[in-house]
Amino acid sequence: MSEKVLQMNNIMKIYPNGVVAVEDVTFELEKGEIHALLGENGAGKSTLMKVLFGIESPEQGKIILNGTETTIKSPQDAIKKGIGMVHQHFMLVPSLTVAENIVLGTEPKKSGMFIDMEKAVELSQQIAEKYNFDVDVREKVEELPVGIKQKVEILKALYRGADILILDEPTAVLTPQETDELFIQLKKLREAGHTIIFISHKLDEIKEICDRATIMRNGKSKGTHLVKDISTTQMSRLMVGRDVVLTFDKKPLDLKETVLKVRNLCVAGSTGVKRVNNLSFDLKAGEIFGIAGVEGNGQGHLVEVLTGLSKKYMGEISVFGMEAKKHSIKEIRELGMAHIPEDRMTLGCAKNMNIMDNMFSNQYDNPEYSGKVMLKSKKIEKRVNELIKEYLVKCKSYKQNVGMLSGGNIQKVVVAREFSTNPKIIIANQPTRGIDVGAAAFIRQRIIEFREAGSAIILISADLNEILELSDRLAVIYKGQFAGVFNDVKNVTEGELGEYMLGIKKDDKLEGIIYEQ
Amino acid sequence: MNSNTKFNVLRTVLSVGIALLISFGIIFLTSKEPVNAIVQLLTGPLQSQRRFGNVIEAMIPLIFTGVGVSIMFAANEINLAGEGAFHLGGLVATYVALNTTLPSGISPLACILAAGFFGAMVTTVPAVLKIKTESDVLVSSLMMNYLILYFANYVLSNFLRDPSAGAVVSFAVPQTTQLGTIFAGTRIHIGLFIALAVAVFGYIFMFKTRTGYELRLTGENRSFARYSGINVVKITLISQLLGGFIFGIGGGVELLGMYNRFTWTSQLGYGWDAIIITTLAKKNPLYVPFAAFFLAYLRTGASIMARSTDVVTEIVTITQGIIILLVVAEQFLSKYKHKMIAKEAKATLTNETEGE
Repeated sequence: MSEKVLQMNNIMKIYPNGVVAVEDVTFELEKGEIHALLGENGAGKSTLMKVLFGIESPEQGKIILNGTETTIKSPQDAIKKGIGMVHQHFMLVPSLTVAENIVLGTEPKKSGMFIDMEKAVELSQQIAEKYNFDVDVREKVEELPVGIKQKVEILKALYRGADILILDEPTAVLTPQETDELFIQLKKLREAGHTIIFISHKLDEIKEICDRATIMRNGKSKGTHLVKDISTTQMSRLMVGRDVVLTFDKKPLDLKETVLKVRNLCVAGSTGVKRVNNLSFDLKAGEIFGIAGVEGNGQGHLVEVLTGLSKKYMGEISVFGMEAKKHSIKEIRELGMAHIPEDRMTLGCAKNMNIMDNMFSNQYDNPEYSGKVMLKSKKIEKRVNELIKEYLVKCKSYKQNVGMLSGGNIQKVVVAREFSTNPKIIIANQPTRGIDVGAAAFIRQRIIEFREAGSAIILISADLNEILELSDRLAVIYKGQFAGVFNDVKNVTEGELGEYMLGIKKDDKLEGIIYEQ
Repeated sequence: MNSNTKFNVLRTVLSVGIALLISFGIIFLTSKEPVNAIVQLLTGPLQSQRRFGNVIEAMIPLIFTGVGVSIMFAANEINLAGEGAFHLGGLVATYVALNTTLPSGISPLACILAAGFFGAMVTTVPAVLKIKTESDVLVSSLMMNYLILYFANYVLSNFLRDPSAGAVVSFAVPQTTQLGTIFAGTRIHIGLFIALAVAVFGYIFMFKTRTGYELRLTGENRSFARYSGINVVKITLISQLLGGFIFGIGGGVELLGMYNRFTWTSQLGYGWDAIIITTLAKKNPLYVPFAAFFLAYLRTGASIMARSTDVVTEIVTITQGIIILLVVAEQFLSKYKHKMIAKEAKATLTNETEGE
């Protein structure tokens, strides 16, 4: 039996909102393995790793590192003990160079006071060469593509002497091509004797690269298995607890009138760079129009101007024939637009207010629920209770604060509210990100029902499975422009999408993006 | 009551308890007659009708300012111009009382409404400045208070001053315009009813009306409110207007009820008291009268204590400070709270497993 570098025994973690994120989980690592930590969003993978990295302190449980029991008080403490973590959202300073980022916090000093830049570059170069990472350490981080930024993160951890490396969903932001490259690098690290924890919910990736896998569901461990001895079906069953429905029944496409017309749309970012660059498209009632793309390629800016949150754009956006710029957010909503925001906590809800207050924020002035001055509390209460039932929101009552709910249930509150007005246009930006499988399937089903009922939907998602499954028509956005359009979504592969997402391929004709001139 | 509300009540009560204990400790260290001092502080206000009257009299302006600031802070604007609005309210009420001749029923009403109107103007200035110039409301509202103070001093000494009086005070407000007392033997005036009505109005406004809902949403999460289609700029302005209006009528009522001349030549501190009140009342106007009563009681007790023993009134300033520190300190008792939540979560966990 090989050497155990880490044992986490009977770990339990309860969050301040009462959610038991990890319940009595035991997790072991052997030296020199790539160990998958597998589970749905919200299964407790990240929390378990936060406990290991000293970000969260557990309610109970023991951590045994290299044979001795220890407590990890803080991330600094974890780093000292040889544990490194690469977060899903990079912790890099964009305006500094790669070398500056790598040595940050442990800078080599000149005459005791000043940072020795040359030494920093030299040290960074050494570490990059040692592990065969092809990175120019003098370049500024903000100018690097995502794949390289991730390499910098890994180098940063290695520079600090990490033997155990935690990678939190490292492939979530990568294209298939970048993922392949990452895997080669990880295998090299394994050969060099590092132990890697690979957090993911993508089964094929785990099959490809991991030695063992610990599967988590609902905060509990469902056992550790040798990856070569377990099939993806078995893994997915353990992970979800039932067979995942990956296909939805969709009626044949029935296109109706054009509801949204966008022509030559340009949106400038805060620095003046064009984040959306000359986009044109049509949207018809009865279709789901998918927009795929790596995050940060203009999706956010596009949604802002479509929904009226920002009026700063050039070109034309016509919602039922009305120019979006000339109408307030409220007027655009009244035309029949609903918006599921990308970040439910900043735009989608007020976490210190109760479910009721959160569920009628788009209808508080509807004469059915409010007089000229006073709210009709009884009617609102009745409607909110209906919505809670219809959308299966798990809560004690409508009086519970939204912040006390789990991510999936908060998202259901948002979706219930946005769908409660029977919208004609739905802008769904990452509608199922970070929520459990059940809730995600429920929301996808709802989106399809609205398509069937004749609503028009724009679906923006980083989840390629979701977007391939739901969309009738699909465009890939890259650097604020459409790089490709697929009118026959069934015959598109993830690999093909990846090439467009990365800007390797570009289609200039974009046939089918516009229905009529 | 859910665990969160229970916890909040517990924390407030504990904060008050701890603050009092510390104050008692200081009294024991500094006083020659500590027991007597503490008895006077705690029971003094109950010892005569007049003293209890003092508590209620002191409570009235605190209710106005507490409700006013609750509404202004609900928009998440730290607007401290309430102090100035209250001050100007008193001045305007005096000015109108001295310069108009209205029937006795209508005269105080006119004075108070005018006071409210000018109060609203005062608190709205910082809000408008923020919209137009992005200036910081905290800073501009504090400056506004100085502006009002010296403006009031100017008006007092140039237009309202009674030359026959020894000090710098205005002419006496006519009897018909003063607010009548309601309990003989005290100076409790009908302003009490106005104050309580304002508290109830504030509660209904915040929690039962459409505008109140928009206001709470705007304060809790401005981006979410905007996304929902609420005109957040308009709502913020309305709340500052309304809050200032209440401060203004508070100033008017206080002057017509407790003074017969305008004598305010320095800042009165009601703007600051308002923050103590709204903190204790958790921004809910319905709890404001209780918080105001508590503070008024404590202060009356302190002044009785100072008169009859060797302990100075400033001791309650320390008490107030500690209470506020503990109430606003999010981390105070957080470990206990976390344990409580963890226990609850574990309990539901076992229930669920049994249910399976």
